[in-house]
Amino acid sequence: MRPESEAALADLVKSAKEPLAIQGGGTRGLAPEGALVSVAGLSGITLYEPGALTLVAQAGTPISEIEDALTAENQRLAFEPMDHRVLLGTEGEPTLGGVIAGNVSGPRRIQGGAARDYALGVRFVDGTGEVVKNGGRVMKNVTGYDLVKLMCGAFGTLGVLTEVSLKVLPRPETQGTLLLRGLDDVQAVQAMAVAMNSPYEVTGAAHCATIMEGGPVTALRAEGFGTSVAYRLDQLKSLLARFKVEMTLGDAAMSDWIWRSVRDAELLRDVPEDIWRVSCKPSEAPGLMARSGAAGWYYDWAGGRIWVRMPAGEDLRAALGAFDGHATLVRASEATRAALPVFHPQAAGVEKISAGLRARFDPGGILNRGLMGPVPAEVA
Amino acid sequence: MEMPIPDPAVLARKDRLVARLMAVLPADAVIHDLAETRAYECDALTAYKCPPMVAVLPASTQEVSDVLRICHDEGVPVVPRGSGTSLAGGALPTADCVILGVARMNDVLETDYENRVIRVQTGRTNLSVTGAVEEEGFFYAPDPSSQLACAIAGNIAMNSGGAHCLKYGVTTNNLLGVTMVTMDGEVVELGGAHMDAGGLDLLGLICGSEGQLGVVTEATLRILPKPEGARPVLMGFDSAEVAGACVADIIKAGVLPVAIEFMDRMLIEVCEDFAKADYPMCEALLIVEVEGSDAEIDHQLALITEIARRHDPVALRESASAEESARIWAGRKAAFSAIGRISDYMCLDGTIPVSSLPYVLRRIGEMSKHYGLPVGNVFHAGDGNMHPLICYDANKPGDLEICEAFGAEVLKLCVEAGGCLTGEHGVGIEKRDLMSHQYAPADLEAQMAVKDVFDPQWLLNPAKVFPLDISEARRAEPIAAE
Repeated sequence: MRPESEAALADLVKSAKEPLAIQGGGTRGLAPEGALVSVAGLSGITLYEPGALTLVAQAGTPISEIEDALTAENQRLAFEPMDHRVLLGTEGEPTLGGVIAGNVSGPRRIQGGAARDYALGVRFVDGTGEVVKNGGRVMKNVTGYDLVKLMCGAFGTLGVLTEVSLKVLPRPETQGTLLLRGLDDVQAVQAMAVAMNSPYEVTGAAHCATIMEGGPVTALRAEGFGTSVAYRLDQLKSLLARFKVEMTLGDAAMSDWIWRSVRDAELLRDVPEDIWRVSCKPSEAPGLMARSGAAGWYYDWAGGRIWVRMPAGEDLRAALGAFDGHATLVRASEATRAALPVFHPQAAGVEKISAGLRARFDPGGILNRGLMGPVPAEVA
Repeated sequence: MEMPIPDPAVLARKDRLVARLMAVLPADAVIHDLAETRAYECDALTAYKCPPMVAVLPASTQEVSDVLRICHDEGVPVVPRGSGTSLAGGALPTADCVILGVARMNDVLETDYENRVIRVQTGRTNLSVTGAVEEEGFFYAPDPSSQLACAIAGNIAMNSGGAHCLKYGVTTNNLLGVTMVTMDGEVVELGGAHMDAGGLDLLGLICGSEGQLGVVTEATLRILPKPEGARPVLMGFDSAEVAGACVADIIKAGVLPVAIEFMDRMLIEVCEDFAKADYPMCEALLIVEVEGSDAEIDHQLALITEIARRHDPVALRESASAEESARIWAGRKAAFSAIGRISDYMCLDGTIPVSSLPYVLRRIGEMSKHYGLPVGNVFHAGDGNMHPLICYDANKPGDLEICEAFGAEVLKLCVEAGGCLTGEHGVGIEKRDLMSHQYAPADLEAQMAVKDVFDPQWLLNPAKVFPLDISEARRAEPIAAE
């Protein structure tokens, strides 16, 4: 099913008796049970004011269309959303609704914020077919509860997004990346912390020990005016001299390639294992990996995000035990998916609130049923 | 502003309630004598006052949990209170409520520079969070103008902003984790020192929920390394239109200043008179501040002044030193004191799309004539958050009502222009009854459904945010088994 308007979508949800699987561009390979409902029919940029750093578009609008419009005005989506097609080998076009519903954020999250930090307003159809709006198109807005954040990261389980307002940012003049070679995991996380704790506004901090040929590489990105990027990378180099390893500078083109690869987990595309993504305290990352039993990994967000290769079917959560953070199953076989939930199970108190919210926004349990939590007995 | 009628059944249970609270808190943490509860009768919206039935000052998450469990049992409404600096009446009590103040909970629990976070009890003041980390070269970014006094608890409840949020965001963008107690006394942990909490974004949901979903007792906040330096440029223009166009051009040129502040003629004059900042007398003044190393600042200021020159400024003054920077900021920072010296005033807080500034200012000018009250405008021009300051005479009968009617019309204008009722102060009681202008019934129903989940009996700060007639059925739910 592919409704062509918000009203048609609302009617469809209102009359639905069976579960619906909500799809933007279908690039993330999530396949909850139910009849497929594509939001791709709700497409188009409805407002773009570059001078106000604001863009409003329908949820089915392809990200590429938004990026093109922004590029023409020398602006961009600062949260650097991942393109899942690279890692997952999926087809289709990533959409704004999918990116927001999944709070899809890339390497720049450590400095510039996540998708949820740039979402200013939403319209959505809840599980009863009611159209709801929240937030707006202005950057500062504390009028009532922030359901924008709630919808951002709800993966369509509380409502189907129909329109999103975004804060956008100027595209910097250029970028560059400082590369350090030969650091072990513990040193790398320390080096990344030194960089992040400097005033040089590092917008990407990643470390890859086990995947690249030629040994471990740590990458630190600076963006801005040309003179500024050169200055900051130079300052970082001096600051990191204490680690006594080889350092080289990557120019804008190389930097662009590196961070696109980090963003899209391109290095993991052809490996046979399951792929997990861990969110943790950066300083705890090396310890977590030491006990993970993983076949390999790389760090983004200065260690706060880890992309992990896990032997097929093995439960990374069980291997890690309790820690400050969570693990998401991003790519796995059917068998693994059947055995392990995509999202990290939550503490009982938190799950109780989450289940309560699902029961209020989607009382029939029809929207992406079971994707983010157990299906309640009364609707199952 | 109407408030619900106190529930006589609740008032009748006061003695038992006090006895139960005394059993879980030290004697000096339970305030129930009328002479003493008066200290909690209002927040910074001082036009409205009502002493609470009881005020409590717990010192730990456990004590907060005990208090809430007892109030839940007894069916007593609870109004959480940070430092009482809300301009929206967010901490205004009702006569049948317990004020839960977090002022005794102000410890730093952990500073973690390696992961760039600090964990504090939420009674700690905003500025003292920065105070705890600045020797190591860090700061906590959200900087509401009340930052010397306001508590992190209140910042989280209202999702507070500040002058520097164009670059650093508001509270919700800098909050990584909380310990929260729900009305039934349950303690929940959301997020932590990692950058994205798992599951639904409950952290984003409770931030800005005005103390209606839970009492946040501890918070993990993101801290940032201080920039190498910062310097402003001041510019004056003949009209708000030109100043607005200049702001848009600066942003389109790819410069992202850390702050862009706008003042109109009335405020320029008042501030100049008060602070002697050497401001040009003109229709619109902009202060644009950028950060970085000296060379980076010079580069950005050169770009900005070049753009400004294209708009024929009547004044253009680039700061070259800390002294000059302080002088440029002196007037703006004194704006509220300066206007407070000449008149009583009400500070509004609507946000508008930056592009509609000239239209909105023109309409406010027309309204000012219509209502016969002078108004001055300060505006965070980078993000559209405006603070019209309406002058009135508190001693003149009827003047406050005229001022409120004027204010309500300005806020409706903000909504009509594509903006919202409040950018950083919150709804509280002040904008409660205007909510229906911004949100349709289904929009409000969805928000109230959230409160139903966290606080099914609507005991936490129940008379705020939602128009009373709309929330009435929920607030009237049968409460308290005897």
